[in-house]
Amino acid sequence: MMQRIIFSSLLFVSTTAFAADGILQKDCAACHNLTGPAAQTLKEAWAKKGPGLFYAGNKYRQEWLVSWLQKPQRIRPAGMYYGDHIKPGPKGDEIDTSTLKDHVVLTKADAATVAAELMKLKPHDDLIAKEKIEPGAISKDEGEKVFDKFWGCMACHLIEPGYGGFSGPELYTAAQRLQPEFMASFIRNPQAWEPKTWMPNKEVSNGNLQKMVHYFEVLSKETANAQ
Amino acid sequence: MLNKLLFAALLACSLQAQAKESAADNYKTYCVQCHGMEGNGKGINIRDMSVNPRDHTDAKAMSGRSDETLFKAIKEGGSAISKSVLMPPWEGALSDEEIKDLVQHLRILCTCKFGT
Repeated sequence: MMQRIIFSSLLFVSTTAFAADGILQKDCAACHNLTGPAAQTLKEAWAKKGPGLFYAGNKYRQEWLVSWLQKPQRIRPAGMYYGDHIKPGPKGDEIDTSTLKDHVVLTKADAATVAAELMKLKPHDDLIAKEKIEPGAISKDEGEKVFDKFWGCMACHLIEPGYGGFSGPELYTAAQRLQPEFMASFIRNPQAWEPKTWMPNKEVSNGNLQKMVHYFEVLSKETANAQ
Repeated sequence: MLNKLLFAALLACSLQAQAKESAADNYKTYCVQCHGMEGNGKGINIRDMSVNPRDHTDAKAMSGRSDETLFKAIKEGGSAISKSVLMPPWEGALSDEEIKDLVQHLRILCTCKFGT
């Protein structure tokens, strides 16, 4: 009897892992890099159709992955590489929305399975271990003053649904979807994660990195309250 | 020993050469988001900016900036030349050689030289 239970459990575990791998390979691998390394040339970076997921376990919040995969909403207003999705317009460059594709929608069960599998991908524990985010608070006004006016984050990122730039991912749900240490690490040195990213390294100090993560938490709470 | 050193130096040179991107590709990746597909300062990010990005096709304005100033602005950001912080430092993404090439690319876009 015991042997049967063990055998069934093993079978279940291996079937689940197999199913997850099946979905990852069938539905994800065409657009997402699941194995690494990150793009090493601009042409490789331009060819990306979605963010690399090979360090998903270092980057995302699992509960957000499960939820988002069932109801995906655009995070990068101008697509993965903005250069493929812009056109000249009367007032300047515009996003060519006809070129943007929606993300596939997963069932609740598949989303949970895929998210669990993605969270195992952690090749950058070393970078994450260098960050420690202490709890703290910052007012939205102070955050906006320091980070949007002084650091210029809003030049490339939307900080609320109708305000900011378009070439980077929106920031108003960043703290819902990303781990705090990942946010700090990526801002500290974007090229350590993605050598060819068009996010600059602005040499943000440790103190300001803490404040910045707290600011993203404020933005995300506000977004969640508005929904 | 000397052979080993020579080999290492050659390897380093070839890796560096391999990693170097063209100025046109770097411009398309890092600059177009704000300075626009045509370099006219009208990229997709400008809608809510407090200061508009430089129009790289403006020969009059661009001829007022020396190559050294342009190099410094790209490498260290707008604040390094007392201009907007919205122009970030690209030192972490581009080598000095790539920045030099970008300065020359800007001279092609403006069809101008410093002081002309």
